[in-house]
Amino acid sequence: MMMNHTLKSQCRVSPGTVITGKWHSKEYTIIKELGFGANGVVYLAKHKNTQVALKMSDNGMSVTSEVNVLKSLAKVQGPPTLGPSLLDVDDWQSNRGRISFYVMEYIQGPDFLSFLQQKGKSWTSVLFLQLLNDLDKLHENGWVFGDLKPENLIVTGPPPKVRCIDVGGTTIQGRAIKEFTEFYDRGYWGLGSRKAERTYDLFAVAMIMINTAYPKRLTKTSGGISQLKEAIRQKPELVVWEKVILKALQGQYGSAKQMRAELLDLMVDKKAADPLIKPNSARQPAQKQPPRKDSNANQPVTRQHYRKKKKKSGWMEFWLIALVLGLLYAWYTFNKLL
Amino acid sequence: MYTGKIRQILLITDGCSNQGDDPIVMAALAKEQGITVNVIGVMEQDTIDEKGIAEIDGIAMSGGGVSQIVYAQQLSQTVQMVTRKAMNQTIQGVVNRELQQILGRSQTMEDLPPEKRGEVMEVVDELGETVELEVLILVDTSASMKHKLPTVKEALLDLSLSLNARTGDNQFSVYVFPGKKKDVEKLLDWTPKLQTLTSVFSQLSTGGITPTGPALRTALSSFEEKQSLRSLLSRDDESYFEESM
Repeated sequence: MMMNHTLKSQCRVSPGTVITGKWHSKEYTIIKELGFGANGVVYLAKHKNTQVALKMSDNGMSVTSEVNVLKSLAKVQGPPTLGPSLLDVDDWQSNRGRISFYVMEYIQGPDFLSFLQQKGKSWTSVLFLQLLNDLDKLHENGWVFGDLKPENLIVTGPPPKVRCIDVGGTTIQGRAIKEFTEFYDRGYWGLGSRKAERTYDLFAVAMIMINTAYPKRLTKTSGGISQLKEAIRQKPELVVWEKVILKALQGQYGSAKQMRAELLDLMVDKKAADPLIKPNSARQPAQKQPPRKDSNANQPVTRQHYRKKKKKSGWMEFWLIALVLGLLYAWYTFNKLL
Repeated sequence: MYTGKIRQILLITDGCSNQGDDPIVMAALAKEQGITVNVIGVMEQDTIDEKGIAEIDGIAMSGGGVSQIVYAQQLSQTVQMVTRKAMNQTIQGVVNRELQQILGRSQTMEDLPPEKRGEVMEVVDELGETVELEVLILVDTSASMKHKLPTVKEALLDLSLSLNARTGDNQFSVYVFPGKKKDVEKLLDWTPKLQTLTSVFSQLSTGGITPTGPALRTALSSFEEKQSLRSLLSRDDESYFEESM
């Protein structure tokens, strides 16, 4: 019973193959392979001129299990957000045996990291805000996504919108995580259990943040929070998020909503503070230090810092204008005297 | 619901047995006693020993379990995946037998329409989360395994992390073969926590013999001792899952 070998040979079908369901007799024409994982192969297929994604597996259990997840997500979702919507479940009698499959909406677009590579890093924060919003809805309904990673996130659009495509790891809260990928798994880094909790997903989100600065992923050396902290400090784009990432890595957020709010604060503050810091760039490092030092301080303190800064630079502006006017007046009188 | 428990032997090795009983026969014996035998073959880069693979597949097949050949780096993910997959197989076997009793002969989960299958799957999932699990880990410590032992240890800690996230109870026990004096040596008696595995483990390594068969035999008797100890403590009302595959 070599799992991978049987899986590969049984579920490989060539483009043009027509898959007919045993129970619902719907026909699907295979166009191409979209990808494969531990539990099966996903194909792009055509059904009555619409493009659909079709997932096949010789392991009927995993198909049934994923279908169960998609069904219960559909019940609570309203307009589909995180997972794809389910269209059909059936068996196909191929000449190599019976294969279970299900059909879902085809979510088209580049994956998370490719999108950022194409469109630029400025989109990063927007995508994370979207993701956290959707995760919050999922958590509110009693689920944990589990196998959260950039490969499972597709950016559709325009306008760009993050969607998750593989619900194989989605688990009811309180149970053991069904499926995970080491790099995004808190157990692997020695930072928590593999119980399906909100904090499990939020850890993975933080690791995806780190992943955006380290596209090749990090290799675990000592593991633990110290290695990850060091990795964050080495990338300026991560230092900006340091506070949020560290809190998420250590399971300190009670909900995705809370993490989202703090991430949003960081971004809004940064945008407002940037133009003020620029005119006196010589002082920039000195000014930047206080917020970084008390990275644990909560958000109102940061706001105060920001207001103080604003006041200070207001006075600076006043004196600058006064000086220029004074110089102009001096020059004017000097000319007059001559 | 079910009060049964699932019993597994997880054999981690890198090649062929060369002494004592035939491991394939021992695995069949285990299956008869309702114990599943899973085998993970840890391979060196590019060296795949045909004979070793055949034996690994053979043991798992006759032991009603799952086998997988991996490189050492992928060991952690594989160990937990194989254990979980075998556990689900056993549960599915039990559920299928229940279904056959209700729906008549030759009806299994796969014969139900997809809509009905979902409900059965929920039962399987629920059982996988709550069932009591006993895993006896048998590690090959022959000379060629020496430098892989730290990785094996890491994989075992990872396994207990995965399984202890379940609601159901777990019991682990670790044996190594060949032992210092005997063919097989007990390293860790039944415990819910593998973390107690000492640092000595990584340095264990002995002669060139690989007595896989005798090791399996000892593993079986360990399950038996445990059972009889239990019955002494008047907990003999437990039913065991029987192997169906």
